[in-house]
Amino acid sequence: MRLYAISVYLFLYIPIGVIAVFSFNSGRHASQFMGFSTKWYGKALSNPFVMDALETSLIAAFLTACLAASLGTMAAIALQGVSGWLRTLFDALIYIAVMIPGIVIGIATLIALVTVFGWVNPMLAALWPEGATPPQLNMGMGTLVAAHTMFTMALVIIIVRARIAGMDRSLLEASQDLFATPWGTFRQVTLPLIAPAILAGFLLSFTFSFDDFIIAFFVAGSETTLPIYIFSSIRRGVTPEINAIGTMVMAASLMLLVIAQMLLRRGVSKSG
Amino acid sequence: MSAAVRTIAEFRGLTKTFGPVVAASDLNLSIAEGEFLSFLGPSGCGKTTALRMLAGFEAPTEGEVLLDGEVVNHVEAHNRPVNMVFQHYALFPHLSVFDNIAYGLRQRRPQPDRATVKQKVEKVLEIVRLEGFGPRRIWEMSGGQQQRVALARAIVNEPKILLLDEPMAALDRKLRKEMQIELQTLQRRLGITFVLVTHDQEEALSMSDRICVMNGGRIVQVGTPRELYDNPRTRYVAGFVGTSNFFDAVVAEAGPDHVAARLAGGQHVRGKPGFAVKTGQEVCVSIRPEQIALSREAPDAGMSEPVTILNRIFLGEHTEYLVRSGTLGDILVLVPRQSELNAGTFNVGEEAFVSWDENALLILEQ
Repeated sequence: MRLYAISVYLFLYIPIGVIAVFSFNSGRHASQFMGFSTKWYGKALSNPFVMDALETSLIAAFLTACLAASLGTMAAIALQGVSGWLRTLFDALIYIAVMIPGIVIGIATLIALVTVFGWVNPMLAALWPEGATPPQLNMGMGTLVAAHTMFTMALVIIIVRARIAGMDRSLLEASQDLFATPWGTFRQVTLPLIAPAILAGFLLSFTFSFDDFIIAFFVAGSETTLPIYIFSSIRRGVTPEINAIGTMVMAASLMLLVIAQMLLRRGVSKSG
Repeated sequence: MSAAVRTIAEFRGLTKTFGPVVAASDLNLSIAEGEFLSFLGPSGCGKTTALRMLAGFEAPTEGEVLLDGEVVNHVEAHNRPVNMVFQHYALFPHLSVFDNIAYGLRQRRPQPDRATVKQKVEKVLEIVRLEGFGPRRIWEMSGGQQQRVALARAIVNEPKILLLDEPMAALDRKLRKEMQIELQTLQRRLGITFVLVTHDQEEALSMSDRICVMNGGRIVQVGTPRELYDNPRTRYVAGFVGTSNFFDAVVAEAGPDHVAARLAGGQHVRGKPGFAVKTGQEVCVSIRPEQIALSREAPDAGMSEPVTILNRIFLGEHTEYLVRSGTLGDILVLVPRQSELNAGTFNVGEEAFVSWDENALLILEQ
């Protein structure tokens, strides 16, 4: 049993370890280790295509995280006031949103957006005055952020709702009893208490958006995110440069996830 | 209660239902300014619902809540001049002790300036004997200290009424005793009306000016602790406020001051009626364990019954005997230490006599 567990873990982590190790390879080829070097990191960081893709990814991830955290929190709070079959329905929809494979979301979003744009663009063109160029809705940063937000918002709702559910209701009553208006109670009690969950949701959304390839591949249009760049350059062969990028992305993501976990745990122990 | 005392709050035909459940039914009560009133009853008797309607957390289904002579049914909790000490204190975990206490003051519009807030909080910290604890975090405080913070957070606002929802339930016995005395002293000192909810009869008896005994969503009896103890109206009150022995009986002759009743065993007893009785009515005869005397020989006068000692528990200043009578069933007798020193202890299995003064017998509603 123990052997079995060990081999599962080895199977999971050896490829990742190999990537990390080979990112420090001084040789040209990914298959044989020629000696320790950090030159591929320098090379990756000075590659303008990589830096462009990184910037796109960071902007998309940041926007996604902001939108998902704020919309998700609002939804979670609003759902507190919903009960009965409507609540069950919303709960089911949220969990389904998390469980649907990325590829389905990618394709579905793509088709939906293309259809909508196919309707809206001619309408905009018709509404616009003669001579001026009407705005064109296109696949790009906007659609990428929208698709990512839709998916990660469900995560934020789940996290924030768990936190709200764990909150002592009498705290809200105490605030009310001490003359705080409903808005005052929200600002001074609810928000500070669910803040760790919101921040954790923010970080998870950021990580998800930053790492996502499948959804981005469908809806990013002409934008190239870092995962899309990696995918396209792998087709020309795996270089230590790719390994270096992969290792950096992985390290950054892991760090954010660890921070998110810590926030969630700390929040629980303090209020408990 | 003298008539000159002003009424600060009043319930008029107050009813609260949650779906099919009637939590409180037709409550009529007036609370005098400056008094210490307790709602006493088992869990689910409606006492907490009554308190929450006073605080503004529950809207009454029927009837009216009056504060200071005005109907406040639709005034929300944050606009009522009352403050509450919650059962588990409900202190804000993300704020320091100081900020917890200052919370209510800072909601006032216009907001009081910093110096005023600081001065008020420090004064109230002194009142609850927590000087210098202001910067502490809530989770650094012990249960007893947290309770004082909760108390300070409420009284700093100088409420018209301070509501206390089982505030001592989470404290251990010794601390609870201390806090009871402290609360009582504080109430006298501040002159604020206190309304306490408790299921602990000892707590209610020792602290309150008046007790409102509740059962099944209704007010059963309201009175001073002494009135309730000496003149309970029903078997329920007699059993809840202190302990008592109860015997089923039928009224043989109903007089204005004394009632003659026939016990199930055929004996005739006389006692004070707790309510208006009719001849032939089934009633309950109650006698407190400490009003029963235990002796080796039958006393010459008064009523006595032969019994067998079933059990003996030494309680320090008292010894509690459980005795069995052939006709009356099991009887609880509380013998003071002094009379036991005079007459000696009784052993389990020994034959003895119980006797009582007829003034000690109460005729109660079933």
